[in-house]
Amino acid sequence: MVQDLQALDSHRKEFKNESWWGIRAAKSLLALREQEELEDLSNDYPSSTSEDEGDSGRERKHQKLLEAISSLDGKNRRKLAERSEASLKVSEFTVSSKGSGERLVLSDLLEPVKTSSSLATVKKQLNRVISKKTVELPLNKEEVERIHREVAFNKTSQALSKWDPIVQKNQQAEQLFFPLVKEQSAFAPMEHVLNGWKARTPLEQEIFNLLCKNKQPVTDPLLTPVEKASLKAMSLEMAKMRRAELQRARTLQSYYEARARREKKIKGKKYHRVLKKGKAKKSLKEFEKLRKTNPAAALEELEKLEKARMMERMSLKHQNSGKWAKSKAIMAKYDLEARQAMQDQLASNKELTQKVQESEEEEGGEEEEGDLLVPDAVNEAHMTADGPNPWMVRNHSDDAKEAEIQKDSEQLPEPMANEASESEEEERPVAEEEILLKEFKESQSLRKMSGLNQDTKPVGRQETEDSSTQEVLSKLRALSQKLNKDNHQCRKQNMGSVRTVLSTQREGPSGEEEEPLLLQRPGRAQTLEELKELSKEGCFQNEELPRPALEGQWVERNNQPSAPKKKTKEQMIDLQNILTTKSPSVKSSAVPTIEELEDEQEREEEREQKQMIKEAFAGDDVIRDFLKEKRETVEASKPQDVDLTLPGWGEWGGVGLKPSAKKRRRFLIKAPEGPPRKDKNLPNVIINEKRNIHAAAHQVRVLPYPFTHHQQFERTIQTPIGSTWNTQRASQKLTTPKVVTKPGHIIKPIKAEDVGYRSSSRSDLSVIQRNPKRLSIHHKKQLKKN
Amino acid sequence: MKVKMLSRNPDNYVRETKLDLQRVPRNYDPTLHPFEVPREYVRALNATKLERVFAKPFLASLDGHRDGVNCLAKHPKSLATVLSGACDGEVRIWNLTKRNCIRTIQAHEGFVRGICTRFCGSSFFTVGDDKTVKQWKMDGPGFGEEEEPLHTILGKTVYTGIDHHWKEGIFATCGQQVDIWDEQKTSPICSMTWGFDSISSVKFNPIETFLLGSCASDRNIVLYDMRQATPLKKVILDMRTNTICWNPMEAFIFTAANEDYNLYTFDMRALDTPVMVHMDHVSAVLDVDYSPTGKEFVSASFDKSIRIFPVDKSRSREVYHTKRMQHVICVKWTSDSKYIMCGSDEMNIRLWKANASEKLGVLTSREKTAKDYNQKLKEKFQYHPHIKRIARHRHLPKPIYSQIQEQRVMKEARRRKEVNRLKHSKPGSVPIVSEKKKHVVAVVK
Repeated sequence: MVQDLQALDSHRKEFKNESWWGIRAAKSLLALREQEELEDLSNDYPSSTSEDEGDSGRERKHQKLLEAISSLDGKNRRKLAERSEASLKVSEFTVSSKGSGERLVLSDLLEPVKTSSSLATVKKQLNRVISKKTVELPLNKEEVERIHREVAFNKTSQALSKWDPIVQKNQQAEQLFFPLVKEQSAFAPMEHVLNGWKARTPLEQEIFNLLCKNKQPVTDPLLTPVEKASLKAMSLEMAKMRRAELQRARTLQSYYEARARREKKIKGKKYHRVLKKGKAKKSLKEFEKLRKTNPAAALEELEKLEKARMMERMSLKHQNSGKWAKSKAIMAKYDLEARQAMQDQLASNKELTQKVQESEEEEGGEEEEGDLLVPDAVNEAHMTADGPNPWMVRNHSDDAKEAEIQKDSEQLPEPMANEASESEEEERPVAEEEILLKEFKESQSLRKMSGLNQDTKPVGRQETEDSSTQEVLSKLRALSQKLNKDNHQCRKQNMGSVRTVLSTQREGPSGEEEEPLLLQRPGRAQTLEELKELSKEGCFQNEELPRPALEGQWVERNNQPSAPKKKTKEQMIDLQNILTTKSPSVKSSAVPTIEELEDEQEREEEREQKQMIKEAFAGDDVIRDFLKEKRETVEASKPQDVDLTLPGWGEWGGVGLKPSAKKRRRFLIKAPEGPPRKDKNLPNVIINEKRNIHAAAHQVRVLPYPFTHHQQFERTIQTPIGSTWNTQRASQKLTTPKVVTKPGHIIKPIKAEDVGYRSSSRSDLSVIQRNPKRLSIHHKKQLKKN
Repeated sequence: MKVKMLSRNPDNYVRETKLDLQRVPRNYDPTLHPFEVPREYVRALNATKLERVFAKPFLASLDGHRDGVNCLAKHPKSLATVLSGACDGEVRIWNLTKRNCIRTIQAHEGFVRGICTRFCGSSFFTVGDDKTVKQWKMDGPGFGEEEEPLHTILGKTVYTGIDHHWKEGIFATCGQQVDIWDEQKTSPICSMTWGFDSISSVKFNPIETFLLGSCASDRNIVLYDMRQATPLKKVILDMRTNTICWNPMEAFIFTAANEDYNLYTFDMRALDTPVMVHMDHVSAVLDVDYSPTGKEFVSASFDKSIRIFPVDKSRSREVYHTKRMQHVICVKWTSDSKYIMCGSDEMNIRLWKANASEKLGVLTSREKTAKDYNQKLKEKFQYHPHIKRIARHRHLPKPIYSQIQEQRVMKEARRRKEVNRLKHSKPGSVPIVSEKKKHVVAVVK
């Protein structure tokens, strides 16, 4: 307070000339101090301000002073502020909004610049804002939450529905193994296990040395880097599979090795002959197959074979210059067999030099060891030798250079050439079936070749001689073959008709007898021409179905060659006709004319109904059946007589002899008449008197739940499951428990990954930490709807 | 010349090793083995009888708590470890193989309301009446160390239950609302509420881990989606539900233990009708836990017994009780699905076999086949009256027995009344409500 007073004093010094105001203020301050009452002070001020108007500087200082005073006490600050505002109002230099007395309107501001285009858009927008209606009230919180919940629930239940099939599967499973996921035992590499281990004993050291010698990795790293990479590259299952494969291969290999060794030891000539034959057959078959499926590979095979032959020709194998041959030559004078063998070899040599496609197959049993190891291609050489093989022919004609190098190329076997020319001729009017036909013929001849003795070579020549006759035959064969093949070649719809044609042809009259209703034509197709026509007709009728012309052709052709053989002609059954024709209606007789009355119609209908029922139940006479059943049950329930006669006792016995009537009478024990049946006088009822009350206590009275029929239940009871009645495997299967748990293993809840579903990659935590309340588009839509 | 003589292939009668069984050739001609059905029936009857003879389910009692056992928890990684919380705030960790207590912690003041283990088994959480959530290490403190929680979270209200997420470091508590906590944070990352009532238990779905179920004292069961941070649906039952438990093999199935002596199995997609109503208890059901195979569950009741129900049956297949066992408050099925633990009022934790007559230990293959065969026979002939009677026969303590009789009478009377009402009213005016629908008051969206 003292300080304040001092400040006041300094003020007073400053405003000496206007001491009146100063004194007055000081006085008032004093009064304030005394009374702590300033209400009257506010009243005084207006007058004082009027006094010192015009002196702004002074006024500012005065303001400061006032502030200082006001800071003395917090209470009166507001009032002072009010007063100062009042002074502001009065002052003419300051502008106050209150003083103007009128509101500022936005349009007023815009008025002067109305013409400028840049602001026009703004105004437009303003107008639009004005024209717009009030915004809808937002839904109340509860409503919004409810929608949120509903949407979330739908989403969740949809997500959960993916478990339905799995749950169902588990419920229906015959057997469930828990834990569901088998724990994979962790593989500890050897080096980890043997980390601190060292070879100490001499035996161990020796083993280690051995391992080292064989370059087996002993310590770190147990696997070579390549192996490791490969292991990593493969999944465990793959690796397992591969390992299994390798194992199998190894076992197979060892098995075959053993077999080969065993077979090598076999000395029997016959055995080897059979073996060779088998091999030859097999190789031929393979080659045939290859030729059909992969001609390029077949050609390659042929080339290989050629090479083998060349090699053979370079050797001196069949020159009768070997040790064996010399020894035989000595013996040949006396030994017929030896002579034969010598001749054989010579003959084979000749053949080799003559025939291009010859190989060493003709040698005797002396080269068995070699034979076993001869590659397949060599064996094949013989099989395909000098057969009328177009591949070979082509090979020769194509590889002219090779032919030149080989001087034997001029000695191309005549039959082959003939065949080739023939085939070319044939090919000129080329058609698909021709090629097929040729192929068939070739294969036929080849088969014949392989079947024939090897010494009888010139079959091909024979073939050429009667080729004309054979051609017909082979054609026929080809046709039959084609018929077999037609499944592959033709479209089904067409084939349906064709097949019916053929089948009817085959079946002949029996088919007719079976289905007389199928008769659609007035007369039978008597001749071949008719038949052809029919087939054509069939084609025309099926016109809407896509049918390649070629097939139509061959249907025709089909019939031509077979014509002379056919002795019976059948009628044709057209599928379409069968389908389209209506079955003779029963109704037709009963259909009333239009003029008849409705009553009559109704009566008619009733009668029809009755008739229908009668027809439907025509077979069963219920009453008679029931009576019969009752009679049977009565008979069955009657006590049976016991016959104790023994044939042959006290008389002659044997087949056809019956014990005498007297004896039978004597030993027949008549059963006593039982009590009268309860349903004796009830004609419509059968009362079963056989029910055993004592047994009933052990019987199931009501059909248990999962079963729908008592037979079902009875069947399950009647099939025994024990090992007394079933084999061990079967009874094991029958008694498998439904749920199997592994003792001592923790069973974890099912996981999405376990059953093949993809579990969400994002963790729940991260999902929560994202703003969870954000509305999805779906939510918004739903909100709008409500 | 060929000499004809008897020859046998030694493969048919020579054993490969000495340990092999002698091969006995058998003729399976059915005429040689007549009466297959009666013989199997007798075998089934004997098997059923023997099952009853060998039914000795009680294994051990773990005593040590000084107050009623309020909650139990399984260790997720170890079958032998069990945790229990008592009403005096004490938490004990037990070793089941040794059947002793390996650690004792004074965790809370007042009840330990809930206990749960972390999914990895490294720590566990407890909530108590002292409004705290505490995280503890599973391993005991080292020598000279204080027994102290890893973290303590002080809440504003009492937490009545806790459950841990099955895959991540998240746990949920319940009390006034359901709070989802991140383990790293001291405040919940999200809290969900619907209505104002104390929630007694909250459980995470073990398969679809973002789903939660809770039950509150205003008779409702509420489902929540943690990801969308919103409740999904609410079903109001006749009486209060004490706990729920999710089926670990079927993502959408859960079972609720209710005060009205029943258990209700719901499909969470269709809450208006329970899939099955399980009734056999004669007092409030306090706890329920599923077998890890998802085929059965066990329930603990105030009537001093525990019962085992198949999920698809409304009646229990087994009831366990002992003279000294009082109100059973909590029950757990061990994760190998072989044993059941229950904690009760009189401070004991009891260990039971899940299959009363099962032989413990390793079985030889012949034992196993015999067991399988007997089991199948029992199944096959289970509908036959004598076998059924023997298989169903259980001894019950007198109070439970008499109460069952009493309730049967009451139920019959109610049924009769209903039938009479139906009979004497205008057809269609009295609706026939199925047993399943009877207990569901409403479903709130």
